[in-house]
Formats: sequence, structure tokens, C-alpha cells
Amino acid sequence: MITFKIEQDRAMTGKRWAFEDFAEGQSLDLGTKMVTADEIVGFASEFDPQPMHLKEAAGRASLLGGLGASGWHTCCMFMRMLCDGFLLDSTSQGSFGIDYAKWKKPVLAGDMLSGRVTVVSARSSKSRPGVGLVTIRSEVTNQRGEQVLELQNTGMFLTREAAQ
Amino acid sequence: MSLDRFFRLGVTVELGSYTFEPETIKAFARKYDPQPFHVDEEAARRSVLGGLCASGWHTAAAWMKCNIESGAGTDGEWDGSGPRPQFGPSPGFRNLKWPKPVHAGETVRYTRTAIEHRALVSRPGWRMLSLRGEGFDSRGDKVLEFDSAVLVQVE
Repeated sequence: MITFKIEQDRAMTGKRWAFEDFAEGQSLDLGTKMVTADEIVGFASEFDPQPMHLKEAAGRASLLGGLGASGWHTCCMFMRMLCDGFLLDSTSQGSFGIDYAKWKKPVLAGDMLSGRVTVVSARSSKSRPGVGLVTIRSEVTNQRGEQVLELQNTGMFLTREAAQ
Repeated sequence: MSLDRFFRLGVTVELGSYTFEPETIKAFARKYDPQPFHVDEEAARRSVLGGLCASGWHTAAAWMKCNIESGAGTDGEWDGSGPRPQFGPSPGFRNLKWPKPVHAGETVRYTRTAIEHRALVSRPGWRMLSLRGEGFDSRGDKVLEFDSAVLVQVE
């Protein structure tokens, strides 16, 4: 449907990041994110209501060693960092999944997280003209430089030409 | 009673379901995944997805909600010789797939299946339980799957 295509393309023009802008080995800084107790408890109350994510004392008594974020919350915080870092200003068409995610250290209230993305590969899609597949490995570290999350996935991005 | 039976090894356990109302989808996405097709109906209609749909992270988080709130995987009766096994943290997941978008109004039914458990050399008294998580929409099509694991204290 032609009108569909025109409208879709218009939404994708003027984006800073298209498929061509990603190259193997490239590194992208996602900035920082402060983790608050309120956010940890808020997410956990809705999606992961286990004591160590809800109460400081229960968190301290657990393997987490303090009020710790749900691992799924850490993934969600990472996703927001990815969006703000470059995804919202890209020709992203979404992702089919996550190869792996490792929750390597607890994320505790008061932590300052930093994110970094490394491009593992960037290749054209054989089945979808105008689309490229970009595999990225992402690392989130805390204020002590310890990795708290490592994750790898593949996203689809329109080429600059397809986005015109 | 064996740990195999307590963990319900090989049995696919129903965790309940979660409905993705438009407002719920948008509220989640505004916080964690504000891509246009998750926060704006108009933009979503024009996107590859063809309509407002939930962030993949929302569909995964809702699995965890159903998993914890149902207690279905962890509340089995325990009459084994040692203390009742205690579930601890998870090291992560692999092979997470979103095979099909979850559109606004859709209800997803979630399951978990315990696959195996093994001793942890690095943590005596604990075992690593491998799990498979899945979600299915109202047509029965799979919308989420992943392999996960959880530490369980058994001594």
C-alpha cells in the first residue's frame, strides 16, 4: 500500500543512525543512569515482587547484599539507556530477541550505571531489501567499574536509502 | 521426596495470564522503551508492526510477574530429608525470542518448564535449576520464549 510506505518512510527520515552508520568493532557510549530505591521497589512491586527487591532488610539478608533491582528491571533500565543513547534517533525496526543476558553483579539502590555498546557485526538482510542486521554486545557497569549486565542481540535497521 | 519431583522436572506448569491494555503498554514503554510503536498508536499504525504493541521487555517482565505471583513453580509440597529448598537469584537467560508482536488488548498465557538441576562446585549447598519460559497469545501462537536458570539452596 503506497500511502503506508510513504508515511512510514517519512517517520524514518532525518535519523542520525541508519544501517550504514554501524561498523564492526565500533563502540557507542550510552551515558549514565542513577538507580533509586523507589524505582527498584516500583518495578518489583509490579513485576517481580520478591522480598530482596522490595525491602532493604530482606535485600541485605540475601545474596544481593542490599536492596537490589530485579534482573528484568536491570534489562529494562539498559533498554532505556539504549533508546536515549541512539535507538530513538535511528532507523531501528526492532529486534527478534536477545542471544544472552548475564546478570553478573547485583544492581543496588544508589548505584550509578554506565552503558557501552560494541558492534559485533553489521550485515545486509538477504530476505529484506533495504534492511540491515546489526549485532551488538552491550555492557552495563556500576560506579566501581564492575560489570553488572552483559547482553548480546541483533537489531534491524533501515538503510539510509530505504529511509529516504 | 526428590528434588526432581519438587521442581516438577519436565512438567510444563501454567503461570497464569496477563492482558496488555493500551494504557499499560504505553505506561511501561514511556519508562523503559519509548520507541514510537510502543507509545503512540498513530506512529505504531505506520510502523512495520502495524499497530500499538508491547515492548518485548514488557512481555518478558509479565512472565516474571506471573511466575512469582502464581508461585506455581516454587510452592510444591516438600517432605524431603533436608530443609525446604530456597530459591535465590538468577545468573541470566539465553535464547530469548519474540517470535510475534503482542498487540494492544492481547492476553498472553505464560508457562515454565524445569529442565534439569545440577550441583554448583563454586557454591556448596546450592544447585542451578535450568528453566524454559514461554508465552502464548490468544490464538495459541508463541510470543515469548527463553532459557533461564535460578540458584536454589538445598542444604
